[in-house]
Amino acid sequence: MTVQARLGTPHPSLVSAVLDAHEEHHDDGSTTTLGFWIYLMSDCVLFAAVFASFAVLRDQTAGGPSARELFSLPYVAVETGCLLVSSFTYGMAMIAAERHKQTAVLAWLGVTLLLGLSFMGLELHEFGELIAEGAGPDRSAFLSAFFTLVGTHGLHVASGMVWMVVLIAHVLRRGLTADNLTRLTCLSLFWHFLDIVWIGVFTIVYLMGVA
Amino acid sequence: MMDMGKLTMGAIPFDQPIIMGAMTFMVLGGLALVALITYFGRWRWLWSDWLTSVDHKNIGIMYIILALVMLLRGFSDAVMMRTQQALASTGGPGYLPPEHYDQVFTAHGVIMIFFMAMPFIVGLMNLVVPLQIGARDVAFPYLNNLSFWLTAAGALLINVSLCIGEFARTGWLAYPPLSELQFSPGVGVDYYIWSLQISGIGTLLAGVNMITTILKMRAPGMTLMRMPIFTWTSLCANMLIVAAFPILTATLAMLSLDRYLGMHFFTNDGGGNPMMYINLIWAWGHPEVYILILPCFGIFSEVISTFSSKRLFGYTSMVYATVCITILSFVVWLHHFFTMGAGANVNAFFGITTMIISIPTGAKIFNWLFTMYRGRVEFTTPVLWTIGFMITFVIGGMTGVLMALPAADFVLHNSLFLIAHFHNVIIGGVVFGCMAGFSYWFPKAVGFKLDERLGKISFWCWFIGFYMAFMPLYVLGLMGMTRRLNHVDNPVWHIYLVFAMVGAGIIMLGIIAQIAQIAVSVINREKLRDLTGDPWNGRTLEWAVASPAPFYNFAATPHVEDQDAFWDLKQQGFAMGPLPAYRQIHMPHNSGTGPIQAGFAAAIGFALIWHIWWLAIGAFAVGLVVTILHTFNEKRAYYVPSEQVARTEGRYYQQLPVQA
Repeated sequence: MTVQARLGTPHPSLVSAVLDAHEEHHDDGSTTTLGFWIYLMSDCVLFAAVFASFAVLRDQTAGGPSARELFSLPYVAVETGCLLVSSFTYGMAMIAAERHKQTAVLAWLGVTLLLGLSFMGLELHEFGELIAEGAGPDRSAFLSAFFTLVGTHGLHVASGMVWMVVLIAHVLRRGLTADNLTRLTCLSLFWHFLDIVWIGVFTIVYLMGVA
Repeated sequence: MMDMGKLTMGAIPFDQPIIMGAMTFMVLGGLALVALITYFGRWRWLWSDWLTSVDHKNIGIMYIILALVMLLRGFSDAVMMRTQQALASTGGPGYLPPEHYDQVFTAHGVIMIFFMAMPFIVGLMNLVVPLQIGARDVAFPYLNNLSFWLTAAGALLINVSLCIGEFARTGWLAYPPLSELQFSPGVGVDYYIWSLQISGIGTLLAGVNMITTILKMRAPGMTLMRMPIFTWTSLCANMLIVAAFPILTATLAMLSLDRYLGMHFFTNDGGGNPMMYINLIWAWGHPEVYILILPCFGIFSEVISTFSSKRLFGYTSMVYATVCITILSFVVWLHHFFTMGAGANVNAFFGITTMIISIPTGAKIFNWLFTMYRGRVEFTTPVLWTIGFMITFVIGGMTGVLMALPAADFVLHNSLFLIAHFHNVIIGGVVFGCMAGFSYWFPKAVGFKLDERLGKISFWCWFIGFYMAFMPLYVLGLMGMTRRLNHVDNPVWHIYLVFAMVGAGIIMLGIIAQIAQIAVSVINREKLRDLTGDPWNGRTLEWAVASPAPFYNFAATPHVEDQDAFWDLKQQGFAMGPLPAYRQIHMPHNSGTGPIQAGFAAAIGFALIWHIWWLAIGAFAVGLVVTILHTFNEKRAYYVPSEQVARTEGRYYQQLPVQA
């Protein structure tokens, strides 16, 4: 093997790269946001797998109660309302963040958090009622799939709320820095994504279940 | 007394001499390692330079070390199976009782795929891709460290299962209803679930990281169609990771819900559907085999082009073939269970898609052949692995197309023919690929080349051993021998099984030669040192820096004007040379959070396996606090002063041999 490497002239572009006055490249937040997008797509596949399982098992009630007997659409409509409005309020928080209005950001995040809490409260209450009626997740394959699909979404909402609390602490500590704006953007993507997933849950589990 | 769930002293199999022997070996080996590190006073170095490192090259090396260690574990399982079947094919019971043998074949599959092949591939991608695209590091360096440690935590759990409790007896994909609580009441399946869940999350995060890196951090001028082919195949493999691993996570989560909360996803009763598990797991599992093989195709392309001193033939068709395989890999999963009874039309659809996938793969084989054609091929170790691959993979591919015929598959399903087929493509493709990549990039990773003679010996042992071990399995499959048999009484099969055992023995010689190769190379490292950073007259950017690469990779970001960026620079006479000035470089700090978080993940897994609920909740809570506190750490990066860069680069140029 001949050694091809040699001490020579470096390429002019390299020379200009070190002599140019421009600063070393920093992440402007777009890399983090893209990475988070890609993660969200993987989460989307996760939900797709659980949705598919629900679709396969939705009629496997094993002699137990069916969707028609269990679900109350007005109740779920209120639950859905909470989540949809929380997406709107998060959007308001982002508009405030773009305008660097810290108090407004914190206020809107607070409202979003309250709406998220109401959603979780309603969901857990529904779960509690079903289990008390003897329609728990171990009753039938249909109920296993129902609790898992809705519960997976609920777990996501809960982690989104923990994240929101952490972000409120970050904003209180450092203000609306570039880092914190990127974080708010990522949580925004996450929160709206959960809204979209819920629309799927609402349609496929509740509307199509009761119809 | 603390509540330890299901865990008692009885969980340690004192009555099993083989397991106790292996356990003693592991414990003594671990103690010896600890003693050595303490003796040489290397704990601080180990912790701050390696375990907490966010440098993609160090993380890549740690992945590969994990893979090599697990290769030894998985291979011992293989040797046990081959000897058991050879001893127990004429009516005798052999030396492995069925309950142990079943754990051995399960552990062999799980370890080889998840803890040998995956870390090897992810490690090579980590080591090479940022260098090939002219980047400083990956997009999320801390996350990269965490990904590695989650993989290591999964590997830890699977090794703990050998000593405390048991491993699954279900086969490597843990099909229900066998893997349900009703038929597998022990902790084996739980070990399976949690080791795969934890390492799977690590793999998923690694995939997100690598895609972002490739999409966002390429050097200026490196358009997508100028990316080195290994980077291309890595991009596709990581896209498959992101699209497929969530399915594994969801499927295993559903199986856990069945086992822990009495749900009915895959049970026989309550309306559950076991075949749904098999559909879901293969919707992950088939893309998984392409996650492993695509980067290997990339490695072979780099190797064959470098050592033929020719540009890769048909670069564009290679990229398109890779993308086609990526997409097609999601529409063939049902060929793993044609016998499910989905009907002729469904089976025909999946049979045809399976056959179609061999077309882009065949195109690649021709591209490699035409790259060699009229090239000045050097028969180095990586080239031997590559040529060995081309022959072996074509044979394995053809037996695969045979089984893609649903009618033929009904005869061959679950037979040793199938076992021979997938080892034919996985050993011939993935293992040979990893070995080619290992010897090709070894100098870049550590600064000296591997011993060629032992490398070639190792190749020939693996190559001959592979054919001896697996060709008889094709015959046995056609004779009707099914997989996973503990003992049989059939003198006609016996001789083939003995032959296969001898083959495994020859592979063992190959592995011993590899260990010797590493030892000899370390001893002779001064003689084998790569002073130039470009030992093979390489074509891509990883060869444009010193070996081992400085931690900041490139003192100045290169500008790319061609596919073979470094080759192009060399042709223009602009190879290497000190720059007139250096700039400060922005680099991430190391972080101990990754290993700590992974430690908590392992604790959660162990607690869930043994139903020690307080530990699971406690470890989760503390792990969450650690994670949140990590987000408040603002000292994530620092500047390397330009003088330090100048010193490092100066040392490199000083030792460069000046060409006469």
